[in-house]
Amino acid sequence: MKLTLKIWRQKNANTKGRFETYQVEASPDMSFLEMLDVLNESLIAKKEEPVAFEHDCREGICGTCNMVINGEPHGPMQGTTTCQLHMRHFKDGDTIVIEPFRASAFPIIKDLAIDRDSFDRIIQAGGYISINTGQAQDGNAIPIEKQTAAEAFDAAACIGCGACVAACPNASAMLFVSAKVSHLAHMPQGKVEAKRRAQAMVKQMDEEGFGMCSNITACEAECPKEISVEHIARLNREYLSSTVGSEVKV
Amino acid sequence: MPFEANVPPGPLGDKWTRYRGTMNLVAPNNKRRIEIIVVGTGLAGASAAATLGELGYKVKCFTFHDSPRRAHSIAAQGGINAAKNYQNDGDSVYRLFYDTIKGGDYRSRESNVHRLAEVSRNIIDQAVAQGVPFAREYGGLLANRSFGGVQVSRTFYARGQTGQQLLLGAYQSLSRQISKGSVKMYNRHEMLDLVIEDGKARGIIARNLLTGKLERHAAHCVVLGTGGYGNVFYLSTNAMNSNGTAAWRAVRRGAYMANPCFTQIHPTCIPQSGDYQSKLTLMSESLRNDGRVWVPKNQEDAQAVREGKKTANDIPEGERDYYLERRYPAFGNLVPRDVASRAAKVACDEGLGVAPTGLAVFLDFESAIMRYGRSEANSQGMENASDAKVRELGEKVVEEKYGNLFEMYEKITGDNPYKTPMKIYPAVHYTMGGLWVDYNLQTNIPGLFSIGECNFSDHGANRLGASALMQGLADGYFVLPYTIGQFLSNEIRTPEIEPTGEAFDKAEQDVKNRLDQLMNIKGDQSVESFHRRLGKIMWDYCGMSRNADGLQKARKMIRELREEFYKDAFIPGDAMDFNPELEKAHRVADFMELGELMIVDALDRNESCGGHFREEYQTEEGEALRDDENYAYVSAWEYNGWEEEPKLHKEDLVFENVELKTRSYK
Repeated sequence: MKLTLKIWRQKNANTKGRFETYQVEASPDMSFLEMLDVLNESLIAKKEEPVAFEHDCREGICGTCNMVINGEPHGPMQGTTTCQLHMRHFKDGDTIVIEPFRASAFPIIKDLAIDRDSFDRIIQAGGYISINTGQAQDGNAIPIEKQTAAEAFDAAACIGCGACVAACPNASAMLFVSAKVSHLAHMPQGKVEAKRRAQAMVKQMDEEGFGMCSNITACEAECPKEISVEHIARLNREYLSSTVGSEVKV
Repeated sequence: MPFEANVPPGPLGDKWTRYRGTMNLVAPNNKRRIEIIVVGTGLAGASAAATLGELGYKVKCFTFHDSPRRAHSIAAQGGINAAKNYQNDGDSVYRLFYDTIKGGDYRSRESNVHRLAEVSRNIIDQAVAQGVPFAREYGGLLANRSFGGVQVSRTFYARGQTGQQLLLGAYQSLSRQISKGSVKMYNRHEMLDLVIEDGKARGIIARNLLTGKLERHAAHCVVLGTGGYGNVFYLSTNAMNSNGTAAWRAVRRGAYMANPCFTQIHPTCIPQSGDYQSKLTLMSESLRNDGRVWVPKNQEDAQAVREGKKTANDIPEGERDYYLERRYPAFGNLVPRDVASRAAKVACDEGLGVAPTGLAVFLDFESAIMRYGRSEANSQGMENASDAKVRELGEKVVEEKYGNLFEMYEKITGDNPYKTPMKIYPAVHYTMGGLWVDYNLQTNIPGLFSIGECNFSDHGANRLGASALMQGLADGYFVLPYTIGQFLSNEIRTPEIEPTGEAFDKAEQDVKNRLDQLMNIKGDQSVESFHRRLGKIMWDYCGMSRNADGLQKARKMIRELREEFYKDAFIPGDAMDFNPELEKAHRVADFMELGELMIVDALDRNESCGGHFREEYQTEEGEALRDDENYAYVSAWEYNGWEEEPKLHKEDLVFENVELKTRSYK
């Protein structure tokens, strides 16, 4: 299949970017990133600079790849990361527009590569259970209801890619933050610090320059792990109960 | 340099407990002054950095990723073993130890493996306390499943994303230490050299991948948790950026590389579909709990399937060969990985492969779906449920167990595995070989430690499923934080290490020269194309089966490829800039040296064991033929550059507790 690609090229954070147009020949069995590999090989053969894009596991779990494809983070398929998207979902002759995830809290490094350190800092602010190695009791000491564990897992499945931010007109990170808050608040081990955690993570999110949530729910629609906005509701509950009438202050 | 295993005395079951109780400690006031560099943030690196930080050391932690959470441990699917015996099915520390030694085909060190089995139990407790959402039974207790090469259920799991959940647990613990300031994190920094001062590892040279700037980092000791080198084969289940450079740079500074030819080929991966393919995707071993592996009995049927004239469902039960169940009735579809992989190769070599390339076998869930469905129907009081209803119920059960894997399979292949069997083929997955370490996980360079997949220590010639996560976390949480004290307790009088000495000057200059050399090749071929060619040589001659002629030929081919690389590779861009192609070039250059050493090692080992199958050494039935008389040793290679022949040091493996037997899963 013959494709026309319009790809965002930007030398670094301080220079202006622009779209460049390329032609590429792909096969329907290729993954989207393999199609870009083919493009890059052809650019290298012409001694031109390849398109910088980040990727690693190529099986949808590391959360590294990040592209807005035809206006949608990770492209047109539901519940799919860019690396898991295959070319059989496109048609011969298609024009595909490829941009990086855009948010002021995700500065562009080069072309499609962005800096998501802000997510790390949010986790550092409180996205953990304070337990030192060796302090744990037996794993079966506290039974956890199967359903509760499953719900916690659904939240914990977040891969930290940032598609929720890219999808949100406000560039809010609420789905990312709520996934971690909700995961840990579900577990009995995480309840002890739940209040402090909710406050600290939200504070950090605000400091990083992410926008507010206005219940658009594009985040859920574009999340490659299909994390539900119900977790945002839970975050709001946790946050509210941690501030109103609570003595916990961060 | 010391080359002593340093195994403590005493009976096997007491060694670790006694040793731990008598080893040297570093007092809290001294810990505050002592600096440790940890390279890598996978399960081993992140858990070690977090724990060392908790203990009060000053830790500097490095990853080439944009975040510690991206390390490739994240992709581990199936589970983590622990000798908890929660299922009351006869498991014990000794049984886990024995299974691991046997699974590794008697090529690992007894004392290390026993310690691993002991601490396995603590890992589960620790992970649960961190909030890892393991699978649970209705009663709220932890669920288990079974993996290859064992007859008990000791594998803990979180759907098909166990590695992700365990890594996030370690990452969160690490994040907590970063927020406290006890760990300083360096994202997007790649270690390009090790610095040795006065015979001790005292620092690293790292390249800031955003700016290209070389940085010196000093510490009292260095820990490498940088993973395996499976990407030497180009196509593997490893992440695209996984590489052997940090470990290889340590080897170039004198660390010994142990058993480099021991590579694990995983039997259940999605087969290659075209030349453009960049990586292979694993389908978890847990699928073999319920999936049955088969090929058509006759070549005509196989050919019809390859040509698309027949599907799996067109082949009647009697015309199918469930070859694992036939050849290995005791373990059936759950034989260890090396055995299952070779059996798939044999079937495909006989012309029974089922993909257009001829390289695939079926993994079929039909009987599991119907079995689970019937049991579900019975429990819902529908004894006379129709087949369609049973199937519907059964598919639900299978979905709950393996849903994300089935989904992943369908995304990649476009086929629905609930309706037609998966097609799978073996692929490179893990490297048992790695830096040689003693009982303390210290390499032969004092002050240089190696943990997780990066070292060679626990899996012998073949790793059992769900044991990689166990080893990474055992090393990082429960072993290294103790054993590192044996070295550091002698360093309490050493002042802060300054990165200004001659050794740092020289190491930085060496790195600079190497990068300049790469940038100045200015040839015509992409680095990727060299990597592909290297991978093909390795897979063809040093892959699932090997022979002396092929290995010798491959060695020559790699040398020629390397020469061509340094004449004709092309790296665009600038060294002082964000430049992924330059990163790749450095890694591929190192892979070529490492690849040759793997071949040298495979040539030296005139026996078949575990993942190392030399065609010259097999039984009449085609099983691996070990030679304990002559090869019950660890090969520790000293490598002094391309021009010199690598030098072999042998660590004899002494088995005091298990009897060396021919491994049988029949």
